[in-house]
Amino acid sequence: MTKKQKKVLYRIIAAAILMLVLPFIPAEGWLKFALYLVPYLIIGHDILRKAALGIFHREIFDENFLMAVATVGAMLLGLYSEANGMEGEFAEGVAVMLFYQIGELFQAVAVGKSRRNISALMDIRPDYANIEDADGNLEQVDPDEVAVGSIIVVQPGEKIPIDGIVTEGSSTLNTSALTGESLPREVGTGGEVISGCVNLSGLLRIRTTREFGESTVSKILDLVENSSMKKARTENFITKFARYYTPAVCCSALALAIIPSAVNLIAGNPAGWSTWIIRALTFLVISCPCALVISIPLSFFGGIGGASSCGILVKGSNYLEALARTKYVVFDKTGTLTKGVFEVTEVHAAPEFEKIAHGGLLELPKPEKAGTEETADVKGALLGLAACAESYSNHPISKSLKEAYGQEIDKAKVSDIEEIGGQGVTALVNGHTVAAGNFRLMNRLGITPEKDTGVGTVIHIAVDGIYAGYILISDVVKEQSAEAIAALKAAGIKKTVMLTGDNRKTAAHAAALLGVDEYKSELLPADKVDAVEALLAQKGKKENLAFVGDGINDAPVLSRADIGVAMGALGSDAAIEAADIVLMDDNPMKLALAMRISRKCLRIVYENIVFALAVKAICLVLGAFGIANMWIAIFADVGVMVLAVLNAIRCLRVSDETGRRV
Amino acid sequence: MKKTYKIEVDCANCALKMEEAAKKVEGVLEATVSFMTQKMKVEFTEAADEKAVMQSVLKACKKVESDCEIFLD
Repeated sequence: MTKKQKKVLYRIIAAAILMLVLPFIPAEGWLKFALYLVPYLIIGHDILRKAALGIFHREIFDENFLMAVATVGAMLLGLYSEANGMEGEFAEGVAVMLFYQIGELFQAVAVGKSRRNISALMDIRPDYANIEDADGNLEQVDPDEVAVGSIIVVQPGEKIPIDGIVTEGSSTLNTSALTGESLPREVGTGGEVISGCVNLSGLLRIRTTREFGESTVSKILDLVENSSMKKARTENFITKFARYYTPAVCCSALALAIIPSAVNLIAGNPAGWSTWIIRALTFLVISCPCALVISIPLSFFGGIGGASSCGILVKGSNYLEALARTKYVVFDKTGTLTKGVFEVTEVHAAPEFEKIAHGGLLELPKPEKAGTEETADVKGALLGLAACAESYSNHPISKSLKEAYGQEIDKAKVSDIEEIGGQGVTALVNGHTVAAGNFRLMNRLGITPEKDTGVGTVIHIAVDGIYAGYILISDVVKEQSAEAIAALKAAGIKKTVMLTGDNRKTAAHAAALLGVDEYKSELLPADKVDAVEALLAQKGKKENLAFVGDGINDAPVLSRADIGVAMGALGSDAAIEAADIVLMDDNPMKLALAMRISRKCLRIVYENIVFALAVKAICLVLGAFGIANMWIAIFADVGVMVLAVLNAIRCLRVSDETGRRV
Repeated sequence: MKKTYKIEVDCANCALKMEEAAKKVEGVLEATVSFMTQKMKVEFTEAADEKAVMQSVLKACKKVESDCEIFLD
């Protein structure tokens, strides 16, 4: 509790004690009024002051005004009865004020607490950086003061404060604060490290490559802290609603106080002023809109906080809301559904090559990765030959060949390398002429290559003019992609679309494998915008389209879609800038999780709106007919607010599809 | 130019009122108040003197919500 809240608590206790004592004091008339005025002023003086200030500043229709009018009215009615020789009731006015303050205090404490909880969840801010002085002693300094290029020391258990490169030491890092994934990441000398990770095992010396303010952790914090500034439609609706609601309620209350009595007077009946004024006051107490005004931003804030603890950054409540209404999801293929790295997926040795290999005509390079079977050896040999032939190239394809081969290549054995642009390479390996390239290269050499290859980039290989087989290199689909698309479908996504620059055959193959509804292939980056535009034109008004990309050269599409989602953004500033929602790691399942969080959050928002308005409406009607008294009125105001706040806090909890807490 | 200020405000409705009030101050292009993070983000017009504008923002906010505080540094 803050100082301010404690003060209110003491005032509540003092007023409550007085209220318990006062009924036993025999007093009448003005004296009784004066006695009750003491607890009333203790508990309500600030409300009265605010209400008076409000009137003075022409800001009349607020909660303070409502409470002031209701309680002052109740006090005056009591005084009126006393003055006319009847038993006056002052306790009710004081009690209303007392309960209002209790409710306010509870709300302030609950909201403050959940606010701190959420902030703690997002608290990845490092407090200090260690700098080593000449004697080898560590000194803790403000990370803001560390210049780019300084060497900082991170001990096990500490957070990495600033982005940089490891100059000494190796360790494992816990990235869960950033990605929500608990899988530790290995890092060694020369490796890049990102601020916000926790160093788990070894001492690291890091040369900083950025200022603290430019480091990943600062950027993420900035983004999350600003996220509640972007307000959702629902929030704006409530703002507007409150603007008309409060005056409307005040006018209705006034009408309730005057019209029935006036009608009675005209009809010649007793006016019953006090009855109707009490009803009008009850009406006022019920009508406070705080439950809505407080619980809705709290729900969104909770949802954003819960998401960020899972490595999903949502840049604003509006995006969380929009995500919940998403019906179409468009994926960029490379780097999103696939790993974006090319790997050897198939090695096919031609029968002729197998004969040569088994005949011992070739000195087979011993493959390390191959299995025990002989065919694997042959395939390994083929891979080895291709890797040797491509050994001087830096092309991504030759890189993946070398990676698949997995052992050091003795470059002395390779000579006479000739690269033929757009076709491939020929070289002398171990005294054999090896040609590795596409079908054009084979045609040039007068060799007929195998036509029935799989999908991907094909490298045909010929040894000494004889066709030896082919190696298939393709972008590997992420393990979770198909599952993620199925999960999205299950969550009610109408259509999933895959966009790719690859050729039709590759695209069709991947689309079938992943289970996407539609694919568009052979697209240039600009075509992707057009494709998204076309889809945007098709969809219904209340349906949203989300585009998921890896943030690399798809910024225009990210901004064109209703919601742009960037994936695998850890360390990529461009993606964080361009997208509305950022998935920190590259697991597509996170998208389904984000969807679930947003839906839950929005559901809670609507629950609160409906619940609060329904209870208020019922109580208002009951109040108008005199069935609901002040006590029910207090429940309708404070009770509903408390329940709505408690419901809103549920947004913070994230669970996976089986209901297990994440 | 944009700047963020720490604020202290007790209720969400009051935060909304502060936002409305701040928006009307001359020199303020856009203002958003986040009750949750207790922060106010103000975007100034080009010619505006940030300090003077913030003084009037504070005054305007005090007018609608006497209990609020904006920490100008």
